[in-house]
Amino acid sequence: MRAFLLRRLRQVGVTLWGVVTLVFFLQRLTGDPTYLLVPETATQADIDALRHALGFDRPLWVQYGSFLAQLVQFDLGQSVVQNTSVWSILLSRIPYTLQLAGGALLVACGLGLPIGALLALYRDRLWARGLAGLVFAAQSMPTFWSGILLILLFAVTLGWLPPSSVGGIEHLILPSIALGLLSMATFARMTRTALLDEWTKDYVRSARARGASSARLFWRHLARNASIPVITVAAIEISNLLAGAVIVETVFAWPGLGQVTVQSILARDFMVVQGVVLLGAIVTILLSLTADLLYSWVDPRIRLDGQTR
Amino acid sequence: MSRQTWRWVIPLAIIGGVVLLALLAPWVAPYDPNGQNLLGRLKPPGTQSRAWLYLLGSDELGRDVLSRLIHGARVSLMVAFAAALLSGTVGVILGMLAGLLRGRVEAVVMRVVDVFMSIPAILLAILTVAVLGPGLINVILVLALTRWPRYARVAYGQTLSIANMPYVKLALQMGAGTTRILWRHVFPNLVGAVTVVATLEFGLMVLFEAGLSFLGLGVQPPTASWGSMLSTGRNYLETAWWIATLPGLCLFVLVLSINLLGDALRDRWDPRLR
Repeated sequence: MRAFLLRRLRQVGVTLWGVVTLVFFLQRLTGDPTYLLVPETATQADIDALRHALGFDRPLWVQYGSFLAQLVQFDLGQSVVQNTSVWSILLSRIPYTLQLAGGALLVACGLGLPIGALLALYRDRLWARGLAGLVFAAQSMPTFWSGILLILLFAVTLGWLPPSSVGGIEHLILPSIALGLLSMATFARMTRTALLDEWTKDYVRSARARGASSARLFWRHLARNASIPVITVAAIEISNLLAGAVIVETVFAWPGLGQVTVQSILARDFMVVQGVVLLGAIVTILLSLTADLLYSWVDPRIRLDGQTR
Repeated sequence: MSRQTWRWVIPLAIIGGVVLLALLAPWVAPYDPNGQNLLGRLKPPGTQSRAWLYLLGSDELGRDVLSRLIHGARVSLMVAFAAALLSGTVGVILGMLAGLLRGRVEAVVMRVVDVFMSIPAILLAILTVAVLGPGLINVILVLALTRWPRYARVAYGQTLSIANMPYVKLALQMGAGTTRILWRHVFPNLVGAVTVVATLEFGLMVLFEAGLSFLGLGVQPPTASWGSMLSTGRNYLETAWWIATLPGLCLFVLVLSINLLGDALRDRWDPRLR
């Protein structure tokens, strides 16, 4: 267990370092990163002053070193445009994105898991085939379109729900559905496949032969074993939800991390964009680590010395 | 025709139709996609305004939505095709090299793949656009940069098993060079898996281009793109629903057809990828 943890943590460290390095070099893809940070109206003197103030006139490896040193102290730098630390900007937006991602996850799991189970258990019925078609279609829906359709139907035409911005829980419903729909389809498909895979295994047959009831068979045997691939998907989907928030927050004028990212690009506030990307990568990496640790909890057969079944 | 045949015919017909419309856009579009008619603004589908007949309505500048949709298909398909081709080429070559040469090449390539895959794709794309600036060519480059690792992983996995085949080992012992082995022996065996991934990725690229344009980071106005049409249409939802919903419908139908085709290809060529 400990050896596995250590190796996994080392991997996480290497990947994090890689992400940071990639971001550092991306920033310098066009040469001088100073131009990413100044408004288009800045004079040459302003640009030179800022370049010096931020240390972009130092040798590349010195800049790289100080970039790493900064990040190790969890310092994401200063927003030149808003003149505050990037962290404080992100912190003020994180709660909104978490709310939205939480709502979307609720939609995705709340619909996706039962639908997936229905699709597996009743796969020969006509209605299940129709449902499978709908799930497949949901996977091809661009979130910005489903968001707009939801606004058009429930806000503009029916007037049941507010079209955008924050407020009570009713403001959260439409964006959560728009964001969660895509993941719902993934959850449903994955649950279906996982259950069908387990269905053909010997232990299921022998449990049935012993007279286990369908409910017992499902909850006691199938659900637990089938949850392993579903956990992997969940880890990926949560990070997809956070990334998908960029578009959904723009559609619904939701003041989270996604909105601030888009606003920052348009305002040429590069440091904030970079901060969001680093945060997104860290969350993704940590989620996949969590998923790995969860496996062992769900399935003791997976030995944590790294040898899976 | 059987059910199985329909699985191919319907998506292929739709994709083919869109491709044809895109290729022939200047000839089949009824009007200039950027031609404005300020007296005919926000007209619903089927309206006649002066010399214009708006079959699918007009937008906030009186431009013909149908013509813009047809020209938008051009942008969508061109970006998606170029991005998929570029990322596929880079990804497959790197993946094959990693799988065949192993050792240090494998370690470096696959670590880099891990790094790229751990940044949510849309965020990586946005960051790169922030550096490079928006525009058609940049969007293609950005999407290619973001998506090559997916191909690399598939190519790598397949190459690992192919490299163990006796004929590849024999070819190595007979002194065949890396390029020859990859091209003659490994690549032909990858085509199926890579085509499946490329098809699904193509659909994703269409969505990504639309997403970036929707955010104002893709193809710049006045060039018609489905994503940017959606974005402007959002401001006229209450008065002119057709501006935003029609490009969305086009996107949905195109991506759905691509995904259906990808699914059919997957079942045909590589049931293991399911």
